[in-house]
Amino acid sequence: MIDLRELYQDIILDHGRHPRNFREIEHPTHSAQGYNPLCGDRVTVYLTLEGDRIADVSFKGRGCAISTAAASLMTEVLKGKTTAEARALFAQFHARATGGEPVPDLPEPLAEEMDRLEPLTGVKAYPARVKCATLSWHALEAALKGSGETVKTE
Amino acid sequence: MRPASLRSVYPGPGGFDPKEVKREFPIFTNNPDLIFLDSAASAQKPRAVIDGTADYYRTDYANVHRGVYRLSARSTELYEEARDKVRRFLNATDRREIVFVRNTTEAINLVAQSWGSAFLHEGDEVLISELEHHSNIVPWQLLRDRVGIRLVVAPIDATGGLDLAAFEAYLSPRTRLVALTHIANATGTLVPVERVVALAHRQGAKVLIDGSQAAPRLPIDVQALGCDFYAFTGHKVYGPTGIGVLYGRFELLSAMPPYQGGGEMILRVTFDKTEYQEPPHRFEAGTPDIAGAIGLGLALDFIEGLGRENILEHEEMLTGYGVDRLSHIPGLRLLGAGQRRLGILSFDIDGVHPHDVSQVLDQHCVAVRAGDHCAQPLMDRFGLPGTTRASLGVYNDESDIDRLVAALEAVREMFAR
Repeated sequence: MIDLRELYQDIILDHGRHPRNFREIEHPTHSAQGYNPLCGDRVTVYLTLEGDRIADVSFKGRGCAISTAAASLMTEVLKGKTTAEARALFAQFHARATGGEPVPDLPEPLAEEMDRLEPLTGVKAYPARVKCATLSWHALEAALKGSGETVKTE
Repeated sequence: MRPASLRSVYPGPGGFDPKEVKREFPIFTNNPDLIFLDSAASAQKPRAVIDGTADYYRTDYANVHRGVYRLSARSTELYEEARDKVRRFLNATDRREIVFVRNTTEAINLVAQSWGSAFLHEGDEVLISELEHHSNIVPWQLLRDRVGIRLVVAPIDATGGLDLAAFEAYLSPRTRLVALTHIANATGTLVPVERVVALAHRQGAKVLIDGSQAAPRLPIDVQALGCDFYAFTGHKVYGPTGIGVLYGRFELLSAMPPYQGGGEMILRVTFDKTEYQEPPHRFEAGTPDIAGAIGLGLALDFIEGLGRENILEHEEMLTGYGVDRLSHIPGLRLLGAGQRRLGILSFDIDGVHPHDVSQVLDQHCVAVRAGDHCAQPLMDRFGLPGTTRASLGVYNDESDIDRLVAALEAVREMFAR
């Protein structure tokens, strides 16, 4: 049997209990809501872009330990990144979390940021939980596109 | 076909031994570690249903109501025999009051589309409650959008039961139908349907009861209840998926237009017009789920073999044990506490999301349901994204509850702040 602590590593439990950047940005330049109809989880991601750079990023919402920790860690790694770097991180994270087609390794220092997200990729052993880990990233993508719609995982 | 052999391991008076019963369910032989507490989502199947259905395909299968040949006649006889078993199970007066459908959802949609479209008009009211499953909400919203009825929702009280005083106040001469659950799937709360039927009939409203969770747990007598429609599904009464039942009083069914058109439901077809069959065949267009109906009949035999009163006693005893054990877990809040409940324990653990709870439980081989239980309005009412729900069946005993409680300790340990 797979050890559950592979899924619930300490860093995930910590960010699940004490999410970072768990706040609303009053006048975000971009924001979007993510919704997982399967479990009712909701997350709203807020962004302040300065030019092409993410000056501030935060989230609010309710969800399980995995989705809360994923959103929290996402906001931590994204601060100061360009939108292109954010997309590259999502592509890499998505591939590792879903166990999908590998994408080319990221250049330093993005690779280091990816290492911070690595604990979340334990969800690939639990197909029902993959969407918990990727929900906030899908919301980020929608926010960057500026569609303003709620993205659904189903 | 070989008769479904129900061995006499189950004593009549004095109940049955769930450990003996469990041996009748091959899923537990093939998954010896499984602690199955999700029967409210779907119950496991006894050998009698699995083997009996396979035997039917092996020895008696042909289409029904068509062939002149003997095999088809035998198949038809078995299919219609299953209808008789359902009639007895519900204590309906007339076998023509039993319509085979796919599941409870289809039964409710049938009433909404056929009876609702024919007899309800703009401004008429359908009264439901906050306890309902989506399948007893959405069909009425569709009818509302088509016909212009008003959908009225009776609230629950502070303890999570139907607020009878409010329910009575919401009833009016405009109420044409009351559609309520018998046992709420998300909380296990029992609804006093006898009282509901009496109040509704006094206002001239018809009553539909969603018996999805009650049929596997309670003796059901539609004559004593006095309801106009009663719906339940096969897979929750230890029968196959894909088969369900709509009971409707004959007088109502015979006034209702067809639900779907096709073969089986007609008397005479020309390109100008079609004459329809009498109920129940009017509502069973196309080749039905013959094996499903026969499997359902076998499941009902199995239930009768255990004894409906015995099952009720078993579920009450085990529910009580579960409530007691869970109430000693710090930070655990049971939904519908104080209400009379049966077979379902739905709870919230402070600070831990139900999906995380059920993930850890699964690691301990305890299968429960996590989420909104297709009752999002009720979850909104409780201010929760969802709950963890443990539900009982005839194969569960105290040791399953003990395993649940032990696994919940592990949950608290992992997520302790």
